[in-house]
Order: sequence, then C-alpha cells, then structure tokens
Amino acid sequence: MYTLSQRLVFIGLALAGGLLILLMRQFLNDYILSIAGFVGIYVILAVSLNITNGFTGLFSLGHPAFMAIGGYTCAILTFPVQRKGYFLSGLPDWLAGTELSFFPALLIGGLFAALGSLLIGLPVLRLRGHYLAVATLGVIIIVQVLITNMGGITRGPLGLNGLPTLTNLWWVYLWVLITLYLGWKLKFSSFGRSMLAIREDEMAADCLGINLLRTRVQALMVGAFLAGVAGGLWAHLVTAITPKSFSLILAFTIVVMVVVGGSGSITGSLLAAVIFSMLTEAFRPLEESLNVYGIGEIVLSLILILILIYRPIGLFGTSEPGWLSPGKRKSLSGTAGD
Amino acid sequence: MTGSNTLQSELLSVEHLYKSFGGIQALTDYGLSLNQGELFGLIGPNGAGKTTVFNLLSGVLHPSSGRILFSGRDISSNRPYQNARLGLSRTFQNIRLFGDLTVEDNIKAAFHMPLGTHFWSTVLHLPGFMRSEREIARQAAECLHLLELAPYRQEKARNLPFGLQRRVEIARALASSPRLLLLDEPAAGMNPHETEDLMETIQSIHARYQLTICLVEHDMNVVMGICPRIQVLDQGRVLMEGSPQEIQNDPRVIKAYLGAPREECHAEN
Repeated sequence: MYTLSQRLVFIGLALAGGLLILLMRQFLNDYILSIAGFVGIYVILAVSLNITNGFTGLFSLGHPAFMAIGGYTCAILTFPVQRKGYFLSGLPDWLAGTELSFFPALLIGGLFAALGSLLIGLPVLRLRGHYLAVATLGVIIIVQVLITNMGGITRGPLGLNGLPTLTNLWWVYLWVLITLYLGWKLKFSSFGRSMLAIREDEMAADCLGINLLRTRVQALMVGAFLAGVAGGLWAHLVTAITPKSFSLILAFTIVVMVVVGGSGSITGSLLAAVIFSMLTEAFRPLEESLNVYGIGEIVLSLILILILIYRPIGLFGTSEPGWLSPGKRKSLSGTAGD
Repeated sequence: MTGSNTLQSELLSVEHLYKSFGGIQALTDYGLSLNQGELFGLIGPNGAGKTTVFNLLSGVLHPSSGRILFSGRDISSNRPYQNARLGLSRTFQNIRLFGDLTVEDNIKAAFHMPLGTHFWSTVLHLPGFMRSEREIARQAAECLHLLELAPYRQEKARNLPFGLQRRVEIARALASSPRLLLLDEPAAGMNPHETEDLMETIQSIHARYQLTICLVEHDMNVVMGICPRIQVLDQGRVLMEGSPQEIQNDPRVIKAYLGAPREECHAEN
C-alpha cells in the first residue's frame, strides 16, 4: 500500500512531465519534438514488453507484429473518407464510410493487437520454455506477409502514406502515463504477484492454484494492447505506415532496452528506453556526415554486451527505487495500512 | 497427541494406482486412504516412488491407470492448480520458492488463489481490490508470525539459509488454506536440531488447524516420533502399513532399508 506522500510523489512526477512537455512545445522545433515523440513511444514499448517478458517471464518477440496490427487498424480507421474509396478499394462499405477520431481509433487498434496475441497465445503458451520466442518471431513474418497481400485493405507493399498528423506529445505522454500506471499497478498487486510467481517457478505457482495459461495469456495481451497503441501513435507521427515499418530489428531494440534496464523493473525500462532512443538519434548526424550507417546499433550492441558481462540482471535488477516502492517506508509496522 | 479419532471420515482415497515412465514401472497397484485430521507418514528407501505418489496426488503427473478420490471427487486427471483450488497443497523435496521475491511476497502470492482479485478490478482500482490487498497483507502477517518468519519478511527468499527456506515453503503451502497438506521430505538436508524444530512446527500446525497432513520421509526416525500411522513403500509397491512399532519390527522393512541380499541391486543413494 502507498503512503500519502508517495502518492504525492507520483502526482508530482506526472505534473513535472506535463510541465516539461509544455516548455518543450513552446521552445523547441518540430524535428526535436518528433524525436521526443519517438522517445515516448519507445518508453511505452519497453515498459509494456517488460510486463510480458519481465514480470511473467514470457520471452515474446512479437511487439513489432502487434504494433503493425494496431498501427494499420488505427490508420485505416482515421483515414479521410474522401480518399478511402480511391486508396483502399477493398474496404467494406460501412468501413469505407467511417472516419474515427484519434483516441477511439487507437483503442480499437490496441484491442485488435490484443486479439491477435490471444490467437497466438492460446496454443503456444501451453508449452513450456522458449517456444513463444520462436512463435512470435514467426508472427512478425506472418503479419508482414498478410499486410503485403491484403492490398484492398492495406494498399499492400506501398503502405499507407499521407496519414493525418494526429500524434503530438500530449497524446504520447497520456499513453506513457497509462502504460506506467498499468505496469506499476500490476507489479504491486495480487494479480502481479501471481505473474511474478510464474516467472520465478511455474510448477510451484501451479501448485498454489495459479492458472498458468490464463495468467500468461493475460500478460501477453496487456503487452500486445499497449504495443498496438504504440503502433497507432507511431503511424500518425511518421504519417506513413508500410509492411516493413515494424521489423525484427525493432523487436531486438526493445528487448535490449528491457534487458539493460533490468527485466522486471519499470524504472529500468523507462530509463533505458529514454537513453537508448536519444542515443540512437544523437548518432544520426554523425552517421550522415561520415556516410556510415548503423553506428547507433553498434553502440547499442556494445552496451548490451557490457551489461551482460558486468551486470547481467540489468541496471535496476527486478526492483524499483526504494522511495517509490510501496510498503518499504514503514516496514516495521506489522500490517501496512493505506 | 493427535485428534485422528474424533472424525473418521475419509478425505483421500487412492485405488489401484499405476504409473510408468517409458519402460520403468514407478508405481504398482498403489493404494492409500487418509482420514480427516490425520498425520500420516509415507516412508521408503530412495527411489521407492514416494515423490511420484506426491506428484500424482497434486496433479503434477497423471496416473497411467487407477483412481484418486479427494473428498469423494475423482481428481486423477486434474491439473495442479485445480487440485490446489480443491484444497490440496504441497511442498517440494528440492525447495521451490519464488527466489527473487521477498519472504512476504512469497506468502502473499499463495494468498492470491483464495483472496486475490483479477485483472480488471486491479487495473481499475475497484473497491474490492483495496479490500483484498488489505486482507492479504493481514493474513500474510499472521502466517509469517505463526511460523516465526516475521523478522525475515523483507529478505529475498533465495538469500535465506536452507532451514528457513523450508519453513517459508511450509508457510506458503499453508497460506493457500489447504484441507490436505503434502510435505515432501521436509527434513531433507537439515541437521538434527533443525529437524527437531521442524517436527515441532508440523505438529503444532496439525493441532492448530485440525489439518490432514501427509509427510514423505526418507529418514525413518523422523516420522516415527510424530505419525501414528505409517506406510512403507519399496520399489513402487506398498510394503506395509501400520503403527511405528509394527513398522520398526517388521523384517521386510529392515530388509528394504538395510539392503539384505537380493538379486537386483537397487541404488543405495
């Protein structure tokens, strides 16, 4: 349970973030602002993957696939009606005549991604071990192929461009907050403890009455939902989406963020996502001037190797900073109050 | 010492249970009957099939044939979590704690099944969620206190010494509010002093909750002192069942343990 002062800290941090965005939008140019948007999207991706991989111990690589599902769903729903008939001839009439505003479109995109993860999760999560990694790897390919071949709905390999620029920092920040809230709430709750128990020892968890399949599928779906939303935000930040937008390399980048931050630590994923995505952007001018591309990835890989050698549990391990964790402050009183 | 004579209703009944792993017959025509409130001992030399019995009872393994009835209900094809929900709780021979979680969180995780809330009420912070978290915290504190684990509640489970880890595991099994508690070699790897302590704890739990407990032990002397009724298992078959005195004096038991001459040698360790 949280103390009042801890709640105030959370509210304070959220307000400080809002203030920061207010200042950024006032003083920074559009290029920097779009980079900030990407940083926020990476935070959503890393923290949500941490719920699946870090809390529940499911090694999923499926985030790009779920982003693609969410991104395309959202893009089709917000696509201007007058251009729909020409670009997307295969849409059924009721869909061709619909144009949703951003928030419901994002939600539906996320729900579709969660539905996709349910279809994968139900058969695969019955198995033990790392089958999920292989299966989700396959899903990235399957989703790409499907999108490429469903030309009437997705415009095939050309992708959808000229999407309305709906994503701004406020939208990203709202979803960052929702993601952090979900992660935090789950981690410090009975439901979250059942997820952690599965990660630590699935047989013991099973023998304590925890339904492994159900809990795992739920963990995968939460991650997929947020990835789907992130895909929608991404599409409307870049204002274009193609089957190749969300590739395996992206899955790799997000996994690295989770591992380096410490799988199981929300704070760790948050910081790792911020640092890595800013680092990659920082190397971009260098790459362009030297005409050597991929320096960012090399540095990313080097950091991963060093972390795996010297601090395999990641920067934060599985824990959060003590001053943010519930119950730590009054550890001597028997039953913690509210 | 025990209240086994007050209620003679049968809680668990196992009939003609067979289990084979490939060509190896691990259990042959196994039978067991446990009464409500009994403290029962299951002993046998290494490799006799004791842990296999527990794995079948808890649903970790499924029998090749035969029936397991738990308070009249056939549970032989249940998954472990289903058995746990019916009130069957167990510990493991090679301790399986949630190593990275604190002692307190290990116990709280066990309270999830009887008391915890699920996804939506957690995420939406419904009133039921706060109530359940408060109740879990209260009962976990009580459970920790009862097993004298309160001083270690913020320690990570994996950092505790062996004897305490065992204690945490028993506390965790108790937290899932079982009707039948299966303890798999609780004294394995403990020194005589720790063993004695543990046996006292088991007896006090048994008396306090009127709980039915089935205890697997490799070391005969451990169970002799506390279990009024004992079953001996050897090479997957029930050798005999009876009071400690009857067991101690039976030549077949002595033979099984001390390895009197026989054609097949079974591994001594």
